[in-house]
Amino acid sequence: MYDPASKIAGFAAVLEAQPENASVKALTALAVDAKFDRNEFTFTVNRENIIEAANAVKAAGYNFLEDVTAVDWYPSEPRFQISYHILSHKLKERIRLVVRLSGDDANVDSIISVWPSCNFYEREIFDLFGVHFAGHPNLVRIMMPEDWEGHPLRKDYPVEGYR
Amino acid sequence: MAPVAEEEAIKRYSAQNPGVNDVLADARAHSTGTTKDHTMVINMGPQHPSTHGVLRLVVEIDGESVVGLASDIGYLHTGIEKTCEAKFYQQVVPLTDRIDYLSPMSNNLCYCLAVEKLLGLEIPERAQYLRVLFNELTRIQSHLVWLGTHAMDIGALTVFLYCFREREALLRIFEAVAGQRMMTSYFRIGGISLEPPTDLYKDIRKFLDTMPSYIDQYENLLTGNPIWIGRLKGVGYLSPEDAIALGVTGPPLRASGVDFDLRRDMPYSGYDKFKFNVPTSTDGDVWARYEVRMLEMRESVKICLQALEGLPSGRIVADAPKIILPDREQMKTQMESLIHHFKIVTEGFGVPAGEVYQGIESPRGQMGYYVVSDGTAKPYRVHMRNPSYATLQALETMCKGKLLADVVSVIGSIDIVLGEIDR
Repeated sequence: MYDPASKIAGFAAVLEAQPENASVKALTALAVDAKFDRNEFTFTVNRENIIEAANAVKAAGYNFLEDVTAVDWYPSEPRFQISYHILSHKLKERIRLVVRLSGDDANVDSIISVWPSCNFYEREIFDLFGVHFAGHPNLVRIMMPEDWEGHPLRKDYPVEGYR
Repeated sequence: MAPVAEEEAIKRYSAQNPGVNDVLADARAHSTGTTKDHTMVINMGPQHPSTHGVLRLVVEIDGESVVGLASDIGYLHTGIEKTCEAKFYQQVVPLTDRIDYLSPMSNNLCYCLAVEKLLGLEIPERAQYLRVLFNELTRIQSHLVWLGTHAMDIGALTVFLYCFREREALLRIFEAVAGQRMMTSYFRIGGISLEPPTDLYKDIRKFLDTMPSYIDQYENLLTGNPIWIGRLKGVGYLSPEDAIALGVTGPPLRASGVDFDLRRDMPYSGYDKFKFNVPTSTDGDVWARYEVRMLEMRESVKICLQALEGLPSGRIVADAPKIILPDREQMKTQMESLIHHFKIVTEGFGVPAGEVYQGIESPRGQMGYYVVSDGTAKPYRVHMRNPSYATLQALETMCKGKLLADVVSVIGSIDIVLGEIDR
């Protein structure tokens, strides 16, 4: 069974445990928090630094953007967590970059200049969570109809919809 | 048509279909160096036999060549991710079948592995082998549907009937183990739901022994066929750089020359115990994807045979009475088991807080489940990374500058399932 004590939290602790890891090295200057839990790396970066962080891990060999999604932690703040899952074909390893956004200013730079594949993912997050991606060329709804009101995957949106 | 009149027509059309402007904006944002003077916009789908579901394409054509293409999706959106948040962990398994209805076992497996990673559960070897066996059978089944429909789109109708004949045998096997032909929900968190009937292994072996000769039969019908070659060779080229940049995975990625397969490179569910090749090609066209998938079916047969050969004995579920439903007999005779049963069914089981991402190689490419737990019995967030969703983004790159008729061929080659795109 999972042992919570196996979790390594904080960037300093992760650096100490895995000093040779390529992603840890690449993000030393950018990560504000990190954890190594269940054999997965998670690095939190400030939202101003997301493009820089994406370029840094790309240069370190993490060449494939696998997934971008969001988690809504309503009612706690910062409300939105954007999770980027990035895979390295060479190192055969996956890392997670996390950006946290407050509910009243849910806005982050699009990483479309680094990985064009984030196009649909960012549109999906915009559609279902209402998070804006600055610099996205075509930020319109993708799943829901254009005239839909609200963002269904937000936690304050009822499961059965508004009646 | 004069350009002015055409502009008027587009305006009228756009007024009636408010969505089209956004979709076209997407198409134009990517197209460079084309003028609107000689182009025409046509609508393909959502009800079109070769879009494999309800995919709507807005295609901008200049004569017969495609200058811009945008996909409009969401017609099948049912909010599965939202529904998952309202269910217990074990109740999500049947929902995952509905995402990709051609490879339900892959979805079951990916979700179960993700939750097992959250829980830190060890799965018995027998269950792992059975999971691999049924996953590879699912891959063959899914590729058979792909081959049949792809060939039908191109005009080779016979292959479709042969493919569905073999698929029927597989669906009967699935029915025998799970009670369902398509929405199997066969895997459970912690193992698999039922021990397969013992005489079924004979049927599976019989199927596996004959399958390579059937694949030869399909290849006899298609590989040397001049129409098939003409419609596939050199069509829909995708460079390895574009494939990686656009998030393409699975057979289309390997057909573009990137040798990456999660089963071999980041093994899960005991795949490291199996010996198989990962077919690749460097051509990057529709033909290369056809070749890669045909070889993949042969490799899957090999993996299934190894799974049958080496199938260990033992339990099919992990030893975790608070997570896995007890045996029916035990439940009727032992108080302890009855309590566990009652608690699991009425209030689920708590999962330690945290987040995991589990990726597997589904028939269409890399599938991933991102599960976030807040410590309760219901998942806080479930997100599915579906291969078709990302691969669809590469459609424009593959079609641009080519003939309109090739669009059908390219859609067939990326093997999309709209259920998993829209979720």
